[in-house]
Amino acid sequence: MKYVEEFRQKNIARKLADDIACNADTGRNYNIMEFCGGHTHAIFRYGVQDLMPDNVRFVHGPGCPVCVLPIPRIDAAIELAERHGVILCTYGDMMRVPASRKNSLIKAKAAGADIRMVYSTQDALQIARDTPDREVVFFAIGFETTTPPTAVAIKVAAAEGLKNFSVFCNHVLTPAAIQHILQSPELRELGQVSIDGFLGPSHVSSIIGSAPYDFFAEEFQKPVVIAGFEPLDVMQSALMLIRQVNDGRFEVENEYTRVVTPEGNEVAKDLMAEVFTLRRSFEWRGLGEVPYSALRIAEAFSDWDAEKRFQLTESTGTDVKGCECPAILRGVKKPTDCKLFGTVCTPDNPQGSCMVSSEGSCAAYWSFGRFRMDRVKEAAE
Amino acid sequence: MNAMEKRFPTRISFRRGQVDMTHGSGGRAMAQLIEELFIKHFDNDLLRQGNDQALFTPPAGRLVMSTDGHVVSPLFFPGGDIGSLSVHGTINDVAMSGARPLYLSAGFILEEGFPLADLERIVVSMAEASRAAGVPVVTGDTKVVERGKGDGVFITTTGVGVVPEGLEISGANARPGDVILVSGPIGDHGVAIMSSRENLAFETAIVSDSAALHELIADMVTAVPEIHCLRDPTRGGLAATLNEIAYQSRVGMRLEEDDIPLRPEVDAACELLGLDPLYVANEGKLVAICPADKADALLNVMQAHDLGHETAIIGEVIEDDMGFVTMDTGFGGTRIVDWLAGEQLPRIC
Repeated sequence: MKYVEEFRQKNIARKLADDIACNADTGRNYNIMEFCGGHTHAIFRYGVQDLMPDNVRFVHGPGCPVCVLPIPRIDAAIELAERHGVILCTYGDMMRVPASRKNSLIKAKAAGADIRMVYSTQDALQIARDTPDREVVFFAIGFETTTPPTAVAIKVAAAEGLKNFSVFCNHVLTPAAIQHILQSPELRELGQVSIDGFLGPSHVSSIIGSAPYDFFAEEFQKPVVIAGFEPLDVMQSALMLIRQVNDGRFEVENEYTRVVTPEGNEVAKDLMAEVFTLRRSFEWRGLGEVPYSALRIAEAFSDWDAEKRFQLTESTGTDVKGCECPAILRGVKKPTDCKLFGTVCTPDNPQGSCMVSSEGSCAAYWSFGRFRMDRVKEAAE
Repeated sequence: MNAMEKRFPTRISFRRGQVDMTHGSGGRAMAQLIEELFIKHFDNDLLRQGNDQALFTPPAGRLVMSTDGHVVSPLFFPGGDIGSLSVHGTINDVAMSGARPLYLSAGFILEEGFPLADLERIVVSMAEASRAAGVPVVTGDTKVVERGKGDGVFITTTGVGVVPEGLEISGANARPGDVILVSGPIGDHGVAIMSSRENLAFETAIVSDSAALHELIADMVTAVPEIHCLRDPTRGGLAATLNEIAYQSRVGMRLEEDDIPLRPEVDAACELLGLDPLYVANEGKLVAICPADKADALLNVMQAHDLGHETAIIGEVIEDDMGFVTMDTGFGGTRIVDWLAGEQLPRIC
């Protein structure tokens, strides 16, 4: 646990909390958007907000890979398993995400579809090798972090001539999503959201590097600090952002230097470029259609593209009425602003995607932080 | 000479044989399996009565009864197997009332084709666990289901026990001000199981903590009969157990993360798999809740026992209408320790 525990030390957290309190100007607020669900999880899991002054607030961003996948894509995955009879291999997080008509992968599985939880793309490949008479589809989701392993799986399948294996590709790109948020009318024209800076992704940046964020800092004049997923990383990065805001700077700084370099992982980037190509547009839950924000499988590997191999129906499924996941994913609303939160929508019975993954802000807020709701209510009464 | 015909001309081959439908049919094959496997290994006077029930006179006092189905996969794991687990699990459920467990029953559901060698290994392990615990298996049942309709073997055990005079132990008895203790490091069983699952095999020295806790409990209730609650944090882990008690007793709880015992290897494995050790299963640990003025005495008696030498005080019961279990994180913040929602799934990113 060395290299992990040293980033969770209470005495250093106290010192950083003091530094943040000294640096944060009491005459203003600091709204920091943490892009990644990993940060959201750390903030709630360790109670980081308790160590922050009242005027430093975290706004939860859209970087939860299962939360941003729109309902039609989940419907399509279920269709693959139910109608086309494939063995659908998926990461565990996806199992309970709501699809159309109150369905989900876990419910489809209970109803007889062959849906299997895997820990890696290699497990899915192995299932394909072991069951040559069945079609095996890997349900690929996630940001740049999970994309290279999918690329490897496709290349391995190609090299082995594994004909019964294919990938249902839903990989999305972080920079496009950040740009979309920064360009949203809520932020730019209506002034509903004020974001003073970004905690930049950690694992994603280990692949793409810190350079892709230079454009945002420059164009939108917002500071970005690439931050690790441990609680001390989050606090140190918050301090760096506060200092930038105070100085009127808007630079890309890298707190996560133990992993992230400016150029990122060249091998992984080359692999992604070889196996995937940009989609012109892709729907995100919460953000709608975002141009050039996702990947499809390149022509050279189209034999392993499930969207080419199987005829999929166009689903028109939409979010449950009243679900505020879209606004929450844009940082416009907080989980507690949603009428469904904690009433009909809980982690046991999620109505929206943000209540499913422990990286989703509703689930994190409910599972780790809801005791604060009553304190707030009591204070108000 | 009118001696009875030899009942079974040839012995069962446990080395090469496998379960078939006749082993559950009520005929000679079933009788032979019972005699050459179950009676042979579980051997005791009550079982040898040879009836469909065990006849015994219960001792004076209040009786408790508990039942538990065991469906663990894989059947054999580091530190135990489904056999020993099915004995420990039910003994513990009986003992968590403060009772002295007396007898067990065992119901087997076997899948056609299951190797008899594995079945024998499981039954031997059960017999050893029951003998070591001093709690005999006195009656049982065997059924066979067709291939594909089971997962090798399922075992349901039921136990009865007698509660000593003067004890009032229940999940509904926690009171604000009480102290919460846990008998040792959490999460060993769940991590040991996961480390041996086929698609996840990773190398670890962690073994299951599966153990019968009734002797530890006997020492505890003798020294501190004022104990309010006892429960073993099995499925759902420590978090589920504490939430159950908080709900039953209509109280809240406040824990200190740094005080909860956890092996570094388990911590590391959970980190790797994206799991929270608070939700990982235990099979040889217990949570005890007692009045604050008895906590030191209870801690001492628990630490004096082999199965409790790593016991720690981890928090206190507080008044809270909402029934929240909260925890001061080792980092300096506060969080809820909630019920487990769904199954604990690994995070991917």
